[in-house]
Amino acid sequence: MKTRLSPFLKIFLGCGYGFLYLPIFTLIIFSFNASRQITVWQGFSLQWYEALLQDTVLIRSAWNSLQIATCAATLAVILGTLAATALVRFGRFRGRSFFGILATAPLVMPEVITGLSLLLLFVGLEQNFGWPQGRGLLTIIIAHTTLCMAYVTILVRGRLAEMERSLEEAALDLGAHPLKVFMAITLPLISPALISGWLLAFALSLDDLVLASFVAGPGSSTLPMVIFSSIRFGISPKINALATLIITGVAISVLLAGWLMHRKRY
Amino acid sequence: MKKAWNKVSSLVTSPFMALVLPYGWSLLFFLIPFFIVLKISFSDLKMGLPPYGPLLEWVEEGVLTIRLNFSNYAFIGTDSLYLLSCLESLLIALLGTIGCLLIGYPMAYGLSKTSPRWRTVLLMLVVLPFWTSFLLRVYAWIGILSPHGFINTLLLKAGIIASPLTLLDTTFATVLGIIYCYLPFMILPLYASLEKIDFTLTEAAYDLGARPFQVFLKVIIPLSFPGIIAGSMLVLIPSVGEFVIPELLGGSQTLMIGKLLWNEFFTNHDWPVASSLAILMLIFLIIPLAIFQQFQERQVRFLDED
Repeated sequence: MKTRLSPFLKIFLGCGYGFLYLPIFTLIIFSFNASRQITVWQGFSLQWYEALLQDTVLIRSAWNSLQIATCAATLAVILGTLAATALVRFGRFRGRSFFGILATAPLVMPEVITGLSLLLLFVGLEQNFGWPQGRGLLTIIIAHTTLCMAYVTILVRGRLAEMERSLEEAALDLGAHPLKVFMAITLPLISPALISGWLLAFALSLDDLVLASFVAGPGSSTLPMVIFSSIRFGISPKINALATLIITGVAISVLLAGWLMHRKRY
Repeated sequence: MKKAWNKVSSLVTSPFMALVLPYGWSLLFFLIPFFIVLKISFSDLKMGLPPYGPLLEWVEEGVLTIRLNFSNYAFIGTDSLYLLSCLESLLIALLGTIGCLLIGYPMAYGLSKTSPRWRTVLLMLVVLPFWTSFLLRVYAWIGILSPHGFINTLLLKAGIIASPLTLLDTTFATVLGIIYCYLPFMILPLYASLEKIDFTLTEAAYDLGARPFQVFLKVIIPLSFPGIIAGSMLVLIPSVGEFVIPELLGGSQTLMIGKLLWNEFFTNHDWPVASSLAILMLIFLIIPLAIFQQFQERQVRFLDED
């Protein structure tokens, strides 16, 4: 790029990043505070982390969330990849734009609408067909898969559209079964999109409050639901400690993934 | 037996499954539920679970009647609370979108101008907050805005104000929360379209004697228009129905339709009215949704032609 970054843009970028990161830093700093107060610093302490480890409700909900996120991300990657393949590789079949809209609509739909409509579906299904029996982890997994699938579809669709098609065509010409071509050639080539899609789906599922609140049943509270019910009544340094752990974990894995992809490319 | 098995296996492994599985899923768990919401929005409130009356009834053998009950919509129409909250949601979402655009555009422009080495890192820093918990990022603002929070403590100590400002539980806090949470959604599409701009075009404009401001207004903005639309829709549509941000930052005086729907459902257990609110929200969102899809399709066609 020939044009240099003007000082105005530099300052603006600095402020923008400050705006994005300062709130997160305040969360982290006050998780080490000895006092219950959020703004008054009274010395370094790890007491909130200890309290966190003893909170069995929180730990159980975190375990629920991890199970749900793993299943939902895996299902979303499978279904999203198939959806994207159909959109990109099947030519201009009838109803393609309808499928395109159907595949990406959950991305922008307000979550309260998706949540409410899924709950009504589950209730209706249970009344008429006896399935699903009650609501719990399974119904949350279905809800999260529906949402995450849209993100995976967009990622994989972009990757498929920009990919060389000659390798697939060569294999097809040599008489390989389409499924074999897909497994042996297409999948390895789009694997970066699959990995980032899985991670994104996992993060989204772990983070979701609204969908889970609608379709959860007794005993299937997820981590965001527990966090929400405790911060509704104000600040709690224990939540700050939890936030610090989550943010550190996410930052490390995103940086690691970015570094791995960067290394692979060059 | 073997023949049948072959038939089954060839059906399972046929490319057709790539269409049936994911779109069957979407139909069942995304599209059909909307019709159920539509149906229940026309039914009446009943005690028990599920708390709504039947809509389809078999009057005689084989004769199906549909009872449409408009009372929920009439209720929403007569109580000005609902319509006001609809308008307030739109206004708040619009303000949030404009805020995101005002902050996001210069940032995306700056990003597209930085050297490729730095760009990867800076882009990752834009995406990183998006990966951390949404709920916790909203929570962070409670600590900053509350009467004993960060900003008030700072201003009080500096002697600028005498008593704490009311920042939390206001519409301002809600708009701020929306800008903060949705900013990455604005920056990324803007960056994608700004990065694609052929800067020989701006040079040509400069050579022809245009001023920097004219170049920006007449060359750069029109060329990045798809990004502006995509980013704005990605912020506007979900924030109209936002629940978490107005609930945690907006206090009781900020009435957004997502929050109202939540309260009708979880507090009042009035599923039919909650459904009617969902339908109302969808009606409000149909135009932005159509614009978004239009641009999405155009983008895809652009990819196809490559």
